[in-house]
Amino acid sequence: MLILTCPYCGIEADETELSPGGEAHLKRFGPGSTDEAFETYLFHRENPKGVHFERWRHAMGCGKWFHAARCTVTLEVFGTYSAQVTEPPAEIREKITTKRPGWSWRGIE
Amino acid sequence: MYDPVGALQPGTYAGFAEVQVLPPQGMIVVRGDLSDGALQSAVTAAVPLAMPGQTGASFENGRGIFWMSPDELLLMCPYAEVAGHVDSIGKALAGTHHLVADISDARAVFAVDGVDAREVLGKLTPADLAPSVFGPGSFRRTRLAQVPAAVLCETDNRFVLVCFRSVAGYVHELLKTAAIPGSEVGYWRD
Ligand SMILES: [Zn+2]
Repeated sequence: MLILTCPYCGIEADETELSPGGEAHLKRFGPGSTDEAFETYLFHRENPKGVHFERWRHAMGCGKWFHAARCTVTLEVFGTYSAQVTEPPAEIREKITTKRPGWSWRGIE
Repeated sequence: MYDPVGALQPGTYAGFAEVQVLPPQGMIVVRGDLSDGALQSAVTAAVPLAMPGQTGASFENGRGIFWMSPDELLLMCPYAEVAGHVDSIGKALAGTHHLVADISDARAVFAVDGVDAREVLGKLTPADLAPSVFGPGSFRRTRLAQVPAAVLCETDNRFVLVCFRSVAGYVHELLKTAAIPGSEVGYWRD
C-alpha cells in the first residue's frame, strides 16, 4: 500500500484516495513538432527499477494535482511536491541522493 | 419557500452504533482566495465562527465552516438562511474571482452515533481514524468504500458525514451494513 502526503492539504492519503496521473514532468510536443518528438511525447515513458517521478491527484480529497518521488522497487516515498514545477525541486533531489547515491532519471540527478 | 426534501427520509438505524439520516442541512460552497480578508469577513459574517486553518473545522449548534481545499470552504447553517447568506457573500465578493453557491440539495448528511461509532467508519475508509489522530474537532475528506465523503469527528462518540446526494442510498446501505449488531471489530477498545 502506498501512502502519499498531499502537499496542498497535508493529508496522508491512501493510494485508493488518489488518482494516478502517470509520469511526471512531460514536456508537450504538439502541432508543428516533428513526428519523432510527437511520438516520444505521446508514447515513450520511463519504466525504471528504482527512483521514479509521478503525477497524482488527491481525487477523494482536495482535488489537487501534485507530484511524488518514490522508489518503484521498495515503494519508499522520497517526497511529494507542488504541481507548479517542471522538474523535481532541489530539496527532493537531495533527499534522494542521500538515500540512492548516483541515481538519475531522464537526465536529472 | 418550499419544504426541503432530502434524498432519504430522516430516521435512525439501530446497529451497534446508531446510523442517523439527518434532515436537510443548509450548505454553501465558497471558493476563492481563503487568505483574502474580504472573503474571510464575508464568510464569518454569515457563519459567526472562527476561520478554520488547513483541514480544520469550526462548528457549533448546526453551523460550521469547513476547510475543503486550499481554495474551498463548506459552510453549514440552517436551511432557511442559505439564500440570504449566498446573496450577502456574493455581494461582498463582487468583482473578485470567487464562487458561492447553494449546495444544500446536492448533498446528504448522516451521523453515526454511539460508543463504537468509530468502528463503523473504520470499516469503510482508509483514513487513519485512531483517536489520537482523528479526535473531536477533526475533519477530513476521504472515501467511504467507493464514493467520496467528508467526515467530521464531533465527539469521540459521534461522527457527521457529508456525501453527494446521488450516492445517499449507497452510503446509507454501507453504514447500516457496517453497523450490523455483532459485527463489531473492537480495534480501538481499551
Ligand atoms: Zn489534498
